[in-house]
Amino acid sequence: MANMTLVKTPMPEQDPQIRARNFKEVALGYTAEMAIEEANRCLGCKNPKCVEGCPVNVRIPEFIKKVQEGDFKAAYEIITSTNALPALSGRVCPQESQCEAKCVRGIKGEPVAIGRLERFVADWYRENVNEMPSKVPSNGIKVAVVGSGPAGMTAASDLAKKGYAVTMFEALHTAGGVLVYGIPEFRLPKAIVANEVEKLKAQGVEVMTNMVIGRVLTIDELFEMGYKAVFVGSGAGLPMFMNIPGESLKGVMSANEYLTRTNLMKAYDESYDTPIVQSKAVAVVGGGNVAMDAARCAMRLGAEHVYVVYRRGEAEMPARLEEKHHAKEEGIEFMTLCNPTEILGDENGRACGMKCIRMELGEPDASGRRRPIEVPNSEFVIDVDTVIMSLGTSPNPLIRSTTPGLETNRKGCLIVNENEMTTRDGVFAGGDAVTGAATVILAMGAGKKGAEAIDKYLQGK
Amino acid sequence: MFKIVHKRELNANVTLMEIEAPFVARKAKAGQFIIFRIDEKGERVPLTIAGYDREKGTVTIIFQKVGFATIALGALNEGDYIQDFVGPLGKPTDVEGKKKVCVVGGGVGCAIALPSAKAFKEAGAEVTVIVGFRSKDIVILEDEFKACADNLILMTDDGSYGRHGLVTQPLQELLEAGEEFDEVLAIGPVPMMKFVCKTTQPFGTHTMVSLNPIMVDGTGMCGGCRVTVGGETKFACVDGPEFDGHQVDFAELMNRNSLYRTREAEVTHNHACRIDAMGKQLIK
Repeated sequence: MANMTLVKTPMPEQDPQIRARNFKEVALGYTAEMAIEEANRCLGCKNPKCVEGCPVNVRIPEFIKKVQEGDFKAAYEIITSTNALPALSGRVCPQESQCEAKCVRGIKGEPVAIGRLERFVADWYRENVNEMPSKVPSNGIKVAVVGSGPAGMTAASDLAKKGYAVTMFEALHTAGGVLVYGIPEFRLPKAIVANEVEKLKAQGVEVMTNMVIGRVLTIDELFEMGYKAVFVGSGAGLPMFMNIPGESLKGVMSANEYLTRTNLMKAYDESYDTPIVQSKAVAVVGGGNVAMDAARCAMRLGAEHVYVVYRRGEAEMPARLEEKHHAKEEGIEFMTLCNPTEILGDENGRACGMKCIRMELGEPDASGRRRPIEVPNSEFVIDVDTVIMSLGTSPNPLIRSTTPGLETNRKGCLIVNENEMTTRDGVFAGGDAVTGAATVILAMGAGKKGAEAIDKYLQGK
Repeated sequence: MFKIVHKRELNANVTLMEIEAPFVARKAKAGQFIIFRIDEKGERVPLTIAGYDREKGTVTIIFQKVGFATIALGALNEGDYIQDFVGPLGKPTDVEGKKKVCVVGGGVGCAIALPSAKAFKEAGAEVTVIVGFRSKDIVILEDEFKACADNLILMTDDGSYGRHGLVTQPLQELLEAGEEFDEVLAIGPVPMMKFVCKTTQPFGTHTMVSLNPIMVDGTGMCGGCRVTVGGETKFACVDGPEFDGHQVDFAELMNRNSLYRTREAEVTHNHACRIDAMGKQLIK
């Protein structure tokens, strides 16, 4: 019997006041009972629109049916037939603009909580089964995957399943890319990412950390070493700054630096040696998910006030609704229609304030969003000792600058053809390195397509 | 894991270590750097490469035991392992087309001035080396410099060895005497590099400095190492670490480098107390 309740079965969360000062996961996940209750809201459409909305085409009604039946293992197997990393996508996918946006239950009421169910199934499997995948007999053909984020991990997994001898290279000391250095523990526990890396190793993928491709080895050297194809999933890691006065003061940094120190280097854990600025009042400049992550980390690291400073209105913020909502619940203050013009410093060279100007929205610009315009004579100063720039990132130039013949567009993104191949034969690419900063699930989709394209290319040889 | 295959104390505070790191050794060039991390909970610390042996697959680092990461590294011995050792990072010293150069090293900076001096020599340049130390007891690598320099001038601040005075004095004399260097490369404490630049500026001598700002990843991802060079923001990890010294904003660099100093002092003190307490416990 279908559950015709108009709203999603609520998922337990840590109390905002408490979680704002710890790094434990915010959303606690469904119990089996809650999952079955929510699964019963799915009507099992014959022509499921939700699947079309998913970049990796998870067979959504099929897995939900198994949840209804309480057969979570079977549900897991259905999900992982198209999605290698459900514990991750169940947590960080923007379901509201993908699968759930297409759900018929969303026409009247809330859509089925597909993301929460996916997460439940993945967590249930990890906690109750966690069978490591087995190794497919090797075909002996070596493929290199550059980058171990969502694109690289998906490509490596799919290629290993097809029997290729895959080596995945990571520049930092821990595999996982943005899942480890960028997304905070309270949204995506690192033990879950580490478990996914272990699964890759069980599939026979060789994971090499501390390998900065472009420096330690070039793409050309990878071919010389016998790799027959290369997948570049190196992400978009280059931070932008505003180029306003005072940006070099102490206490001003990129969100990448702040998040890397906090997440990868665990600055919040006293037993780690990682230094991080001590802040009373923090301004995070920007309005994306990364800005929300940085702001919420700052609150957890002990700041009294955390402001998100954004030049357009709240509706124009690119951050997910859920992230904005969580941030506000935790006491993050939003200062919208407001743009920094200068960071002020004290006699010790530490930031002590940020001068801002009020903005108003004009006509829509090329992005379709209304263009922010300065309001004359509306400058004011906010008291902050830390400023975190979260203005977006672009692909790191290290690989393109050391690989002859590898072409990029104006924004430094690798150019690929309809077969995911770059302008260099045998070099494929996907994820943020191609699209510029986007989402985990799009990168996973690109990794999947990349692996298929590499297989086709190598089979044709 | 990376094995420490050789360790030598150069003076009371400065240690040399040879680390087994074949991938780094294969590619390393003078002027580039590595980042090490001792264990899972350690910091990532950049150090400029002091030497390498491509056949043995080893890289030499020379470091001063100043912060807790370097103190902890210095406490390890031959046969021990460290968790991470990544490189070579950054751009190498540009030795192309330079016929006459002067390499100026200060203190532990001499450790990284040496491979650059050697690289210039190997590229066919006439190399003058000026090295400065506080006093005789901390002089390092004298024989190594003698072997590669056409002209070696050793200075001590207190006159206990070599010539008495700062490295800028002989440099000034050489320039005044009409020496025309294609490049002066200064590697050492920030104030020293700043004054070398001040010395060469009136003569219009092209001067490079090797910067070692606060850094996390070393690949251009965090921007923590940003320095202003000629009014533009540069990342030392990928655009450097060597920059045109006449363009570098040294005041800003010194300010940024002081960010974690109080904390570092506290933590180092705590570590020392902990080690001390452990020692006392053992003696009992």
